[in-house]
Amino acid sequence: MSQDKPKGADVNAAAVLLEDKKKQIRDEWSAVLSSLAESRDKIAFSRLYEYFAPRVKAYIIRFGMSPASAEELTQESMLAVWRKAHLYNRSKASASTWIFTLARNQCIDRLRREKAVEYELPEEEADPDQRHYGEHAVVAKRMEDAIAQLPEAQAQVLYLSYYEGKSHSEIAEQLGIPLGSVKSRLRLAFSKLKAHWGEDSEN
Amino acid sequence: MKISHHFDDATLVAYSSGTLTKGMALLVESHLEMCKQCTEHVHTSNRIGGDLLTKIAPVAMQRGSLDQVLGMLDSVDMEVPVENEVSASGEVPQSLAAIIGCDLDKLDWKSMGLGVQQFDLKLGGSGATRLLRIQPGVSVPHHTHSGNELTLILRGSYSDEIGRFQVGDVADLDDQLEHQPIVDTREECICLIATDAPLKFSGLMGKLVQPFIGL
Repeated sequence: MSQDKPKGADVNAAAVLLEDKKKQIRDEWSAVLSSLAESRDKIAFSRLYEYFAPRVKAYIIRFGMSPASAEELTQESMLAVWRKAHLYNRSKASASTWIFTLARNQCIDRLRREKAVEYELPEEEADPDQRHYGEHAVVAKRMEDAIAQLPEAQAQVLYLSYYEGKSHSEIAEQLGIPLGSVKSRLRLAFSKLKAHWGEDSEN
Repeated sequence: MKISHHFDDATLVAYSSGTLTKGMALLVESHLEMCKQCTEHVHTSNRIGGDLLTKIAPVAMQRGSLDQVLGMLDSVDMEVPVENEVSASGEVPQSLAAIIGCDLDKLDWKSMGLGVQQFDLKLGGSGATRLLRIQPGVSVPHHTHSGNELTLILRGSYSDEIGRFQVGDVADLDDQLEHQPIVDTREECICLIATDAPLKFSGLMGKLVQPFIGL
C-alpha cells in the first residue's frame, strides 16, 4: 500500500477494479491512522509520513508557501497527526480528508499571521509568471474521478480554491469573470461532487 | 431550532478550502454548531480537499525530515479535546463565545444612532466583523456589497427582500443584491455580520449614515 500508483496490470484492468483498488488503499490508510491512537506505533506513523508528507508539502507549496516554509509546515502538520490521532474518527472522514484539514489549518494560521504583518504594506503587482499558473496546471494535470469529469471551468475554480488558496474575489479577478460566475461554478461543481460521493459516508 | 436559511455551497467550499476571512470563517463555524445540513456540506467539501491531496504530485521532503519528526514524537503532548463551555445565555455559539464571552447584553455596545448599536470584534485582516443590535421596527438603510456579506441571527428576527430570518438563520449575500432589512417583531435583533469588503449604501439616508457606520 505504500505504492503511489497502481502497477501496470491495474492500469489495463476494468475501471471498476481500479476504483476498488483505490477504495482499498484509502481504507487501509484510514485503518493505519485509526490504529495509531491506541498503538502509538512509530512504524505505522512513519508509513503515514512517507506517504502523506510529500503530498502535504506539495499542497502547501501550491497554497502559496515557499518550499522552506512548506517543509516546516508539513512537519508541523504531521506532528499534529500524531498529537490528534485519538480524535480521528474513521467513520467520519478518510485519512486523506482528515490530514488535508489539518494541513489546511496550518496554512490558514500561518497565512493569517503573515498577512497581518503585510497589512500595512502597499499592494504588490501580481507576479506575471504566477498569474495563470492555476489555469495551466489544471490543463496539464488531469484530475481523476469525479473531479476529472467536471467541466474544466468548474474544476479550475475548485483548483484555485483548494490548491492556491484563492478567495472568490481573487479568482474572479484572476479569471476576469464576475464574482457571481465564480460562485455559480463552485455551486455546480459542488452539487455534482455531492451527488457522486453522497453525503452520508466517506466511501 | 428550525433553520430555514443556509449558506451558499460556494461559501462552504471557500470555508473548506481555507479562503474565507477570519471573521467569515468564525461566522460559518458559529452556524455549523447549529446546523447539521451545512455541517454535512462541509464534510463533502473537505472530501474534495482530501481527494486532491491523494492526487497531487508529491514533492519530496528533505533528507532526514522523518527522523527529525520521529525525534519529537515523545516530547509532544497529546491534544486534549477542548471542554465546551456552555454559553451562559444559550444564544452565543461556542466559537463566538471564545472571542466575546457568553453574554450579548454585557458587551460594550456603541450607538450608531437610528436605533442601531454595534460591537466591532476587531479581528483584523480584510473585511469587518461585528455584531449589530437593531431595535424593533428599525430598518438598516438600503445597501449593496462590493464583496460578500454573511449574517447570522443570534437574537430576534428581521425580514428583507429575500425572506424572514430568525435565530440560527444565515444570510449569504454578494454584490448582486440590494437589500433593506427591517426588524419585524417587538424583540430587538442581534446579528453577527462578517464582510470581506466594505458595504455600499445607496440613497440619501445611506449616504448620510455611511460615514458613521463605517461598515
